[in-house]
Amino acid sequence: MNQGQTERHSVSLTVNDRAVEAEVEPRLSLADFLRRHLDLVGTHLGCEQGACGACTVLVDGQSVRACLMLTVQADGTTVETVEGLATNGELHPVQEAFRTKQGLQCGFCTPGMLMRSLELIRDNRGITAEQAREGLASNMCRCTGYQYIVEAVVEAASNMDTEVNQ
Amino acid sequence: MTIPDVREHTTEKNWIGKSIPRLEDRRFLLGKGGYIDDLVLPNMLEVALVRSIYPHARIVSIDTSEAEALPGVAAVVTGAQAAEMTDPLPDFGPDPENHPWRCLAVDKVRYNGEGVVAIAAESRAIAEDAAELVVIEYEPLEPIVDPMAAKEDGSPLVHETLGTNIAFHREFTFGEVDADFEGADRIISDTLHWGRSGGQPIETVGAVADYDDASGMMSIHANSLSFTSYLFMLAGTLRVPSNKLDMHPVSAGGSFGSKLWEVKTPTIAGMLSRLCGRPVKFLQDRMENISNGDHHGSDRRYEVDLAVMNDGTLRSIKITTVEDYGAYIQFGVGHHGNALAQVTGPYKMSSVYYDVTAVLTNKCQQGAYRGFGSEVGNWVLERMVDLAAAELEMDPAEIRRRNFLEPDQFPYFIPTGNVYDSGDYGGVLDKALELADYAGWRQRQTEARAEGRNVGIGICTCQERSVFSATEFWFWFDEPGAPVSSMPESVTLDVDALGNITATLYSCAMWGNSPETMVAQLVGEEFDVDPQTVNVVYASSNQGLPATGPGGSRFTVMVAGAVEVASAKIKKKGAAIAAHLLEANVEDLTWVNGGFEVAGTPTARMELADIAIQAHLFKHGLPEEIESGLEASHVYDHPYTTMPNDDRTDLGVFYPFMGHACHIAVVEVDPDTGKVDFLDYAAVHDCGTMVNPRSLCGHIVGGTAQGIGTSLLEEFVYDDDGVLQTPSFAEYVIPTSMDVPELKIGHQETPSPYTPHGIKGGGEAGRMMAPAAISAAIDDALRDHGVRVRRLPATPERIVDWIDGGG
Ligand code: FES
Ligand code: FES
Repeated sequence: MNQGQTERHSVSLTVNDRAVEAEVEPRLSLADFLRRHLDLVGTHLGCEQGACGACTVLVDGQSVRACLMLTVQADGTTVETVEGLATNGELHPVQEAFRTKQGLQCGFCTPGMLMRSLELIRDNRGITAEQAREGLASNMCRCTGYQYIVEAVVEAASNMDTEVNQ
Repeated sequence: MTIPDVREHTTEKNWIGKSIPRLEDRRFLLGKGGYIDDLVLPNMLEVALVRSIYPHARIVSIDTSEAEALPGVAAVVTGAQAAEMTDPLPDFGPDPENHPWRCLAVDKVRYNGEGVVAIAAESRAIAEDAAELVVIEYEPLEPIVDPMAAKEDGSPLVHETLGTNIAFHREFTFGEVDADFEGADRIISDTLHWGRSGGQPIETVGAVADYDDASGMMSIHANSLSFTSYLFMLAGTLRVPSNKLDMHPVSAGGSFGSKLWEVKTPTIAGMLSRLCGRPVKFLQDRMENISNGDHHGSDRRYEVDLAVMNDGTLRSIKITTVEDYGAYIQFGVGHHGNALAQVTGPYKMSSVYYDVTAVLTNKCQQGAYRGFGSEVGNWVLERMVDLAAAELEMDPAEIRRRNFLEPDQFPYFIPTGNVYDSGDYGGVLDKALELADYAGWRQRQTEARAEGRNVGIGICTCQERSVFSATEFWFWFDEPGAPVSSMPESVTLDVDALGNITATLYSCAMWGNSPETMVAQLVGEEFDVDPQTVNVVYASSNQGLPATGPGGSRFTVMVAGAVEVASAKIKKKGAAIAAHLLEANVEDLTWVNGGFEVAGTPTARMELADIAIQAHLFKHGLPEEIESGLEASHVYDHPYTTMPNDDRTDLGVFYPFMGHACHIAVVEVDPDTGKVDFLDYAAVHDCGTMVNPRSLCGHIVGGTAQGIGTSLLEEFVYDDDGVLQTPSFAEYVIPTSMDVPELKIGHQETPSPYTPHGIKGGGEAGRMMAPAAISAAIDDALRDHGVRVRRLPATPERIVDWIDGGG
């Protein structure tokens, strides 16, 4: 079992627009790679078994449980994490909507929720509250009861739509 | 203490009552929350535990040699070795010396998941590898699972030194119970069982300890709450002087009670840091948190009798409860104190009998979960009121209204001796009936039922006690070991040279509630500054003032008191400075819109910033007796508590600021699958003056979602052999967005006459009510099937079972 500590694989991927190359143990999860090797600690771990969604990141535009994906599987992909959302200190519309609608309390599920929300908005133009609620069932939040997260997703979608159309 | 003076509350407020965006949010939205797992100290080791696979077994031998030999392993510590380095964990329960609780099991394991060996290694992965190499030989013992069997003579024992599995038993009689029962038209009786669930925040519990051999300082960063006041006990466990233990509060990714006073994790991290001479992080994984987290919620069986009159008048209640505490009992039966604080609910009832038996079994022990046992009491009382309404064929809203205390009856002493400060229960009920469109739903229900649909409506009207007194932890005993009575909360306000304000809090960090926003709003109110400009920080315990931390919905009320007095101290000093510089009499100055001015001469005025710079930099321009700087601290004690009497027929005032709520749930139940769908849900809460309504709404929705989990989904299940069947989120099912409805929320504000601004606690919110409303709705939906919810969670399997069994 301890061979995993010596054998290394090289990976190269893009994380938040930055090219990353590394030598990693085959057993290293993408979540641990982001958190421990790249210091991107916004991706959180709530269960490490694919249930809670706190570790959700986008890999080639699709939401992925970073606790279940191995770093070697992410070789050659483009990864988006919560740290890539804001630009020059300006919150992304999804973040801004979570703020104005109070889509967070403790903040622990929030990075995963934001990434999943972004995917939902990109994939569903003019997303409705029902679609948002159904889509968010992938991610657990223990604090909010989801209501204001649903509202935030709908609000962010309409703000982003407006931005695109302008 | 007698009844405190009634306060006058002004209705004109600048910041209190406004739903300003939270100060905390930006860092969380950016992924910079600063949680415990984000903290990496140089040269830090990480921990994994070997946990017991047996519920009850003697430890025959432990071979750690292979684990120790693994490269990257720094230390392997067994329970016996840990017991040489640490003392038992602090325990507020009865007879702690007879059921000692240690950070790792010694000699025998008492539940499936109990820690046996701790390993510190260069990484968590290596520590986990090493854990697999530890060989433990166990001699299995008969598991003690059923509390009803465990309390009988002849049962095998969880703790041999205790000589019984009954950790505590006591009965109380408040008022003329026998007479009230004799005079009743009917006695309504039932048996109820509230199953075991828990807070299960998405972030688990963790600690990073850093012992400095040179100074003897044990620094521990932890996401646990409420460390300040009783920190000396943890220092004792770690065998460090109490002034050499410094707890650094770290943001908690949710708690709901489950991170309250979490001592085992810091103890293991601290022990290993001292042993290895390096910083050590111990972060529970999910299985650890579920199986060994010391914070399961209540698990109670009840026999209840309710004395009622034929017109629906409630007279008295007899409650006999057996509670399954698991293998240890760290907080004693304080959970039942919470229930006794509001045992008669919002109703006029003149007497109460309460009999509690606390039993030890081979399960993870109880800690705290939102409601701390009072939510169970709410459910039981409301279940009985519903049963009375059904037997008397009364509308559930009507029987409640008939028994409500009236607004002019406050302050009202309930039979246990606790006081309810204020309330308007009829007002809340009216709002809720309207918000839910109760009459309309009754109509639609009739139509739906005609179509064969099982639609039901459930109502509950429940109390939410807030701001506890420490007495509830010991009034159970005639001769308590330590009849403590202090539960303070502190704040320091510092106005810097430019007039910017920093508020320092002392008991914990952010835990999901909004302490920074709330304090900033209170400070904004006092000084007429925009709350967004207030800086709120958290002190480590070594820089600390007396503080208790969140729990029992106390934090906002208590910090409001501390802010109020600290602000007054600053203003007093500021007025003296302004008076001197304006050459005016201090009595002629008034605080107007952010500064002091001479009454009637608005031009003779100094802003807070003008005063502050003088206070900080210009000593020689000030009167001799004025010290430099402009800061003040205040230690705020509970504004209204009294001691219990000697024979405990009167428990005194211990939870006086009484919130209230009405929830109305409309559900449809599929009798074939047992699935419960929400058609509507309305919640009206009254927790006095609201500081930030939107943040309160967040608690109501979030708490209700947890209440839905408790009602329908969540249970820590131990099988007959004592093996935990729900060790992960795959089996322990917490609600997703598809399991909770969209809530309609209403508010009523009945200010407390005794607290700053009239604030009452509201943080436990929906979980205090939802189980009662949902249980009633299921009953109503399935009334043709003879179903009555007597056990939670009402899982689909159970509902189908009840239908088949006819009730
Ligand atoms: S941590 Fe990845 S799903 Fe929970
Ligand atoms: S905000 Fe706390 S878990 Fe979602």
